[in-house]
Formats: sequence, C-alpha cells, structure tokens
Amino acid sequence: MTEVPISDGDLQALADDQLDPARRAEVEAHVAANPDAARTVAVYRAQNTALHEAYDGALNEPVPERFLRTHRQRRGGGLIRIAAALVLFVLGGAGGWWLNDLAPPSRAALASQVSERARIAHAVYVPEVRHPVEVTAAEQGHLTAWLTKRIGAQLIVPELTSAGYDLMGGRLLPGGGTPAAQIMYEDQSGARLTLYIRASGPDDAKSALRYDRAAGVGVYYWDDGEKGYALAGELQKEPLLKVAKLVYRQLNR
Amino acid sequence: MQNKDALIVQQIPRLRRYARALTGDASRADDLVQDCVERAWRKFHLFRRGSDIRAWMFTIMHNLHVNTVRKASARPAVVSLAEWDGDRSVRPAQESAVEARGVVRALALLPPEQREVILLVGLEELTYREVAKIAGIPIGTVMSRLSRGRQRLRDLTGEGPEKPVSLSKPNLRKP
Repeated sequence: MTEVPISDGDLQALADDQLDPARRAEVEAHVAANPDAARTVAVYRAQNTALHEAYDGALNEPVPERFLRTHRQRRGGGLIRIAAALVLFVLGGAGGWWLNDLAPPSRAALASQVSERARIAHAVYVPEVRHPVEVTAAEQGHLTAWLTKRIGAQLIVPELTSAGYDLMGGRLLPGGGTPAAQIMYEDQSGARLTLYIRASGPDDAKSALRYDRAAGVGVYYWDDGEKGYALAGELQKEPLLKVAKLVYRQLNR
Repeated sequence: MQNKDALIVQQIPRLRRYARALTGDASRADDLVQDCVERAWRKFHLFRRGSDIRAWMFTIMHNLHVNTVRKASARPAVVSLAEWDGDRSVRPAQESAVEARGVVRALALLPPEQREVILLVGLEELTYREVAKIAGIPIGTVMSRLSRGRQRLRDLTGEGPEKPVSLSKPNLRKP
C-alpha cells in the first residue's frame, strides 16, 4: 500500500466533514497515528464550535420589522389600496367594512402566525449539517422534560417511524415573546420534517388543520386551544397531510 | 403570501448570523442585511428559479461587504493589538464561553478575506465549492485562505504549537 501524502487541506476537510468517504478513511487513519495531526483537527473543530457558540443566538431573534417594511414599501400595495378605496367611495357602496379584507395582511401580522414562524424556523435549521438540533433523540426523556418546562405546556413528541421518519431531536426557539419548540425528523434519504409547537396565546383561536405553502415549504398547522402546532416540510401537499394526520392523532389520543 | 417574499425572508436569520460575525457589530451587521434584502428584492428577476436562494443571497452580501471593506480599508482593525495583549495576560482558565470569546476576538484580527471563508465554512457550513462560487475565487484559494486563517487563529488563541505568537501585520492579499 502506498502512503498518500496528507495536506493541511485534508485536515481542514476532515474537520469540516467535507471529504469523500474513501479519502476520509485514509485521512482518519493518518490522524489516528499522528498526535500532531489529531491535535490540529481538534483545534479546527473547536474553532467551528466556538463560532456557533458566539453567533447562533442571532438565528433565533425575531426578524426586525424594518426588514419586512422594505418589502411592503416596494410592493406598491399602498397605492392599489388607495385606488380601491376611491373606487368604492365613488361608487357610493357601503363597502368600507370589507376594505379590510381587500387589503393584504401586513407582513408583521403574517410573521406572528404560527405557520410563518414555523416555516422560517424550518428553513433556518433544516440545512444545518452539524447542529440541526440542540438535544438529540438519544436523550428523548430529557428533550421532552426540558421543552415542556420551557414552552410552559405539556409536550408530546410524536412517533413518525411508521411514515418513514426517525426522530433527530429538538431545540428551543426563543424570541418573539413566546418560546417555541422545534422537533426534527429525518427519513432514509435525508429529507427532513420539523414540528413547531408553542403554547397558545390569548389571540390564538382553536382551529382545525389548515395548509399554507410558500418558497417550496409546505406547512400544516392547527391549534388545539392549548398549543399551536405546525408541521413543515418540502413534501407535496398530500404526503405531508398524511404525516400531519399521524401527528394530529397522536396528540389527541 | 408571495413566494418572493417568503424566499427572501426565510434567509434573514442566517444572513444576520453571518453578518454579525463578519462585521463584529450588531448594528453594522443589520445595515448590511437590510442592504442585502433590498438588493435581493430589486434584483429578484435575476434569480434563477430552482437554484439555491441561500447561495444567491450570500453572494449579494459578499459583494456588498467587499465594497464596504474597500471603502473602509484606511480604518484600523476592530480590536487593537495592545488590547489583545492585555487580554491574553489575564487569560483565565479555559472555559468554553471564554474560548469562544477568544476565537471571536482573534477573528477580528484576520484579513477580511480569511475571516470570510472561515465564517462561510465554519459557521454557515457551506461546502468549499459553494464558498468559491460566492466569493468568486478558485476552490484552491478558498482552501489556502482557510488554512492560513485557521492557523493564525490557532496562534492567536494560544492553541498553536510552541512557537512565538506573531503579532505582525498580516499580509493582505491583493485584490
């Protein structure tokens, strides 16, 4: 067997989990036999971890209104709404009351909805390679107890193995007033689903299963009067509904 | 909700995390994110449907940041070396929060182009290929910047092999 020279690039790629499997085995063998190389890889990994510790908090902060306002101003919806109001006024109809329905809901209002929050949290954490969850499925008891305590409502972690999804774990999503929990699942192909759960607030009404899709992420969401739920995934509507029903049944047993 | 809005808004939390680490200042970071979001909105017709929105928006942020850095190149580094030395002399026992702070402070001393690849790879977990595309440089350059940057971080945080910590001004790569 010929000795393959190992470069610093190989050690970087090992620390970053970017080697193809064959090369990975070679580099790991080299690292196992070389304490200096092992130390280097450990330092690079520690640097990555330190960056996450220092900056991951930013992921959970609610999106400031000023970013959302940018969109609204540029949409030109204001003029259209004024035009619509003028038309109604000129026609003399008593249409004022439904003007509200005509106007698109503000981004801020949308952002406060469970479905919107769940969709953003899904988009944020699903691509994470090394830190998708805070507490893994290996500690499911701890996961349930911890999240129950933090969101202030009894949490049930549904079992989705029958639909082909294994539990990965979960995380707490602080910010926006109410803390929420995110539970993540993964199938054999690596496709991920997230379940977003938060205690219902005074403005949340009990509701049946509803569906919303945007930016390639479908969301089924509902509120049982005690907690609001949202199941998010890249799946098409029908297969996602099957999983949503599975979740719904387990929570309402 | 409109797809365009949703696609762009979804990326905001990650862009904020990255911008904060890149600039080392929360309010400058949010200005950068806002510029990025506005430009994404204006240039959305150039985004190819089905391609990666995250890579596209990070490319926009890269370009905006490069311009800012170029304009501010006369300004001194965020952390002065004297301050850095002072901190090292009273460095307490290793503790993860302290270590994270050490890495953060050392990061501010790196040339911006090294800091950028370290963050795109280490924090944003993008592949070397994606980083090459975002920064508009060959993949070999990504790896050499990563290598030099991380080595220097290692020296600055006292994790390096036993050799004197070099506090000389790093050679800035020519644009």
